[in-house]
Amino acid sequence: MVKLKINQKEYSVDASPDMPLLWALRDVLGLTGTKFGCGMAQCGACTVHLDREAVRSCVTLVSRAVGKEVTTIEGLSADPTNYLQKAWLEVDVPQCGYCQSGQIMSAAVLLRENPNPTDEDIDTAMSGNICRCGTYPRIRKAIHLAAQMQREGGKVQ
Amino acid sequence: MAQSTKNQIINTKKAIYLLLGITAISSVVVSFRTDAYNRVPEETTMARFTAAEAAEPDSIVSKKAFLQAYKVLMHPRCMNCHPVGDRPLQGDDSHIHTMNVQRGKDGKGLYAMKCSNCHQPQNTPGLHMPPGNPDWHLPPADMKMVFQGKSPRELAQTMLNKNENGHKDHEALIEHVAKDSLVGSGWNPAEGLAHLPMSRAEFVKHFKTWLDKGAYLPDK
Repeated sequence: MVKLKINQKEYSVDASPDMPLLWALRDVLGLTGTKFGCGMAQCGACTVHLDREAVRSCVTLVSRAVGKEVTTIEGLSADPTNYLQKAWLEVDVPQCGYCQSGQIMSAAVLLRENPNPTDEDIDTAMSGNICRCGTYPRIRKAIHLAAQMQREGGKVQ
Repeated sequence: MAQSTKNQIINTKKAIYLLLGITAISSVVVSFRTDAYNRVPEETTMARFTAAEAAEPDSIVSKKAFLQAYKVLMHPRCMNCHPVGDRPLQGDDSHIHTMNVQRGKDGKGLYAMKCSNCHQPQNTPGLHMPPGNPDWHLPPADMKMVFQGKSPRELAQTMLNKNENGHKDHEALIEHVAKDSLVGSGWNPAEGLAHLPMSRAEFVKHFKTWLDKGAYLPDK
């Protein structure tokens, strides 16, 4: 058994230390908000936070997460200071939706480190998250909106 | 009587052949032994070289050693993280890293695109998987340590310029190439990637010889 802290909760996970974190999250713990995309750190669909950094859980081993704080899209939704999902709904970003949890997890790191990003900052931060529906313009718009909501304490324009 | 004389001659001939044979074998054995005694142990030679000759500048030996080290420094396993621009390179053809990865101020990437988000502490198994090291990064933005596109002479200049090499003196440079963990990961490529053309020990030997023999700049 491996002890993991995920979304502020302690778990004893019946997983091998060399299992990809994504498998433990989805198949063992049932946290299926995080998606499997390419399985080789190329697409970003599996992005979760490890000590607040946006790691690719498909190549991150369970052993790397031991003693660290894991946050998935489910945990981010519960964070009252996070306005990304609200902005996503307001802009109606998703089309098929498959990549969106990874997109939001990456955007959260951007807004934590740069609360007022330019278009260029957004493109730089988000270029590792692929959306085959091509929702990039709406993603960019929603990140600007979330940044504004963050600055104004949650007021939607 | 005649028979007896004949037997004696045959016995004498046998004795002569036997003696000749023993002499020949002894000569061979002795020559090997003498050779072994005369040979100076390699370690002693190296020690003598290091102590007595290392400090003596020798432009030919120094330049030649740098040209050997240059083969490693300009190999994709080393050069890919020492690019001209602010984006790392990838693969054996040193193409610009996919996903528009950026150097960032500290060389560890930007926002959700930091090196360790994909590069794990170890190589991820499989073809086209991210190579790994616990400290994966580029040189920082204020000390870019560019290798890409440099001739041997230009790269040697960069290596020796403390304003370009991370403020390292000769000793620190040798320490860096010999012991730094991320430098070492060049000799542990991910699956499918080309290996460096010599061992780390050989590379360090050439690098050290270059510096010990006067740190001469190659002609071109």
